[in-house]
Amino acid sequence: MTTLKLNGRSVDTDAAPDTPLLWVLRDHLGMVGTKFGCGAALCGACTVHLDGEPVRSCVTPLSAAAGRAVTTIEGVDGKVAAAVLSAWDAIQVPQCGYCQPGQVMSATALLARNPRPSDAEIDAAMQGNLCRCGTYPRIRAAIHAAARRLEGGT
Amino acid sequence: MNAQIDLSRRRFLKVSALAGGGLLLGFRLARGAERPPAQALAQANGDLAPNAWLAVRGDGGIRFVCPRNEMGQDVLTSLAMLLAEELGAAPRQIEVLQAEVDPAYVNGLLGAQITGGSTSVRDAWDKLRQAGATARVMLVAAAAAQWQVPAAECTVADGVIRHGNKQLPFAAVAAAAAKLPVPAEVPLKPRAQFGVIGRPLPRLDGAAKSRGRVLYGIDVAAPDMLYAALLPCPVLGGRLARFDAAAAEKRPGVRKVVAIDDGVAVLADHWWQARQALAGLEVEWDEGPAATLDSAAIQAALEAAAEQPGAVAKQAGNAAAEFAKAKPIEARYTAQMLAHATLEPQNCTARVGGDGVDVWVSTQFPQGARDIAAKAAGVKPEQVRIHAQLIGGGFGRRLEVDFVGQAVAIAREVAGKSVKLIWTREDDVRHDFYRPPSLHLMRGIIADGRVRAFSQKMISPSITARMFPDAVKDGIDAFMVEGAANLVYDIPHLDLRTVIQEVGVRVGYWRSVSNALNAFAIESFVDELAHAAGRDPVAFRLAMLDRQPRQRAVLERAAKEAGWKTKPARGRAFGCASMECYDTHVALVAQVAGGAGRVKLERLTFAVDPGIAVHPDQVIAQMQGGAVTGLIGALRGKITIKGGRVEQSNFHDFAIPRIAEVPPIDVHVIEGGDKPGGIGEVGVPLVAPAIANAVFALTGTRIRALPLADGGVAFA
Ligand code: FES
Ligand code: FES
Repeated sequence: MTTLKLNGRSVDTDAAPDTPLLWVLRDHLGMVGTKFGCGAALCGACTVHLDGEPVRSCVTPLSAAAGRAVTTIEGVDGKVAAAVLSAWDAIQVPQCGYCQPGQVMSATALLARNPRPSDAEIDAAMQGNLCRCGTYPRIRAAIHAAARRLEGGT
Repeated sequence: MNAQIDLSRRRFLKVSALAGGGLLLGFRLARGAERPPAQALAQANGDLAPNAWLAVRGDGGIRFVCPRNEMGQDVLTSLAMLLAEELGAAPRQIEVLQAEVDPAYVNGLLGAQITGGSTSVRDAWDKLRQAGATARVMLVAAAAAQWQVPAAECTVADGVIRHGNKQLPFAAVAAAAAKLPVPAEVPLKPRAQFGVIGRPLPRLDGAAKSRGRVLYGIDVAAPDMLYAALLPCPVLGGRLARFDAAAAEKRPGVRKVVAIDDGVAVLADHWWQARQALAGLEVEWDEGPAATLDSAAIQAALEAAAEQPGAVAKQAGNAAAEFAKAKPIEARYTAQMLAHATLEPQNCTARVGGDGVDVWVSTQFPQGARDIAAKAAGVKPEQVRIHAQLIGGGFGRRLEVDFVGQAVAIAREVAGKSVKLIWTREDDVRHDFYRPPSLHLMRGIIADGRVRAFSQKMISPSITARMFPDAVKDGIDAFMVEGAANLVYDIPHLDLRTVIQEVGVRVGYWRSVSNALNAFAIESFVDELAHAAGRDPVAFRLAMLDRQPRQRAVLERAAKEAGWKTKPARGRAFGCASMECYDTHVALVAQVAGGAGRVKLERLTFAVDPGIAVHPDQVIAQMQGGAVTGLIGALRGKITIKGGRVEQSNFHDFAIPRIAEVPPIDVHVIEGGDKPGGIGEVGVPLVAPAIANAVFALTGTRIRALPLADGGVAFA
């Protein structure tokens, strides 16, 4: 039995400790907002926060997450996440939407540590998140918009 | 997929009272099997009215059964807007559901229940506006009768009917409206009165998608569901010979090991357990004839077929005679295969029970899913229920239903239990239906600075011959000639042909299909001719568009917005391309910088004329997304074969563009028509030729092969 601090709650799971966190979330706990895209840390669809840092849950064993704060798209909140989501709404980012939980998690982590990222810093932080539908121009615009929102601008 | 497969478009309008007191309305195609109204009634009593598009319910709900599947292209919102425009409701008031399989939902432009070919809005344009208008007329008639006022004096907005200071919501008159005769003809609003179409509107599914609150096929859950992971034969088309499951069966969580035609599946309590247990399988394959196939052999097969005369896709004058009179300029273009790589890997959940078969799946082809499920389960198609889920990327991959057949074959072995089959990314890249490889032989003659004669022979395998054999006639695959048969340029002597040549690899429709292959060759070669004639490439094209005002307009607009210059500052260059596809006119200017060693793609500037833009912001979104899809095959993407095996496996070696390599993509929309054209695939085809043409302008190197990286360009 492993205990996770998941979205602020304590959750027990009997999944084997070497099970990737992604599959614990999806199959064992029924939290399917975190997506499977590649299983090899190549696409970012499975991005969650571990103690506030973005990680690829498909290559993070359950044992590595035990005792640390796990935040998923279902639980991400606070000022930065709210700014990101409202920018995502205003710019109308999603198409198929499958990559979007991962994009939002990566963007939120970026803005939490760098409230005014440059284009190059956005590239660096978001390079691991693929969007097969090609929403990149809007992702970039939405991150800038969220940064302005956080600064108290428009 | 632009071709119109024969279909009777005569429609029957059906109306019947809902059990809850409401109006149920739908179009039915003449060819479809009629359902007895009682059956429709019974089902309408639940959540869904499956042989109808619209239910106005006595409890106040407005339900729209969307006949097309949402895969990112905005079909839920765009089609709801068509309905809402005439119904007199706000799109936000409408609950949109995905249709089950029913003849009512056949796509009139494709002849089957298919989402593809950029047809959804075009097919729905009249049907859904008429459905909305008919319901509105009946609702208003019921309200007018109750008030004893002339119907013509009533107004409708946001689901409320008004007369003077009286008002009634739709719900209050739905039951009465259902008793009225269905009007034979309803007038549709003129364009000037549109209040929903063409207006800004957030996507109905947008906010939920950003928050991870929507379900895709891969997210489906059923009580005591088992998970399946698959070990497919690594060789294309290979079969299972024998296997030993003893070790795999002992792994934790494993419930059963099941052999199917082309692989072995492990069923377990959780997917990760099933996936891990695959390593314990001992398998021997019958690799079949493809075991010796490689990319060189595929290329050689296309080359060998180049000798054949081919079938004519489009002809004018006598090009052969011109080529006999003067030596033509000649060139050969090639394109490599591509995988679809939808971000949601293929998956399907199935349950084979005593009461029939249930299938939960993200699919562009529910009807095909039903048929293969019936075959795999050994039941009649009517015994299969397809529960269509949101799609985490289609691009044509989900027109294929191979994984549905697999899931049902596996589920059949544990009857009564739901089984969710999930492919790995490696399964997905290695077992796709690939964009076909192609070879294009081009010839042209210039006279007086214009194209006098132009020919193409395109050699490529046919997707349609496998999927819809009836649509291949006299050597012409209606989808393979796309991008050639619709050539817009006025050229006196024209000869465009195709040769169908199978290459031993299963090929599939890939967003924009042959438009992308043909546009690469044709638009690059037109550019070669422009340079040979010493003309500016934009002016050279415009000179062939005197009779194509909409095409002229998009090309002029793209050039203007891009700041097109024949000779820009050193170290910078432009390339252009233009075409009509899916009843939409499009032009693209690519701006590049750098030099021979390293090219930076600085900007893509589109002008597009889809006639009418139903949901303008999403027209732009589709063009941007289409452009990024175009970049896959243009820059570095390719699928290669060795020993019958696909050499790529995941996003490290089948790379799709990441954020840093996607430049700003500007989209300028012109509405120059009186009905909407397609938009979902329009952004794709011009990307490769526009960039290749820009690279030539920058470096003097003409690259005639896709991906362009194979031609020696390093993209920054
Ligand atoms: S699924 Fe984890 S990075 Fe792709
Ligand atoms: S929105 Fe479809 S993969 Fe990003």
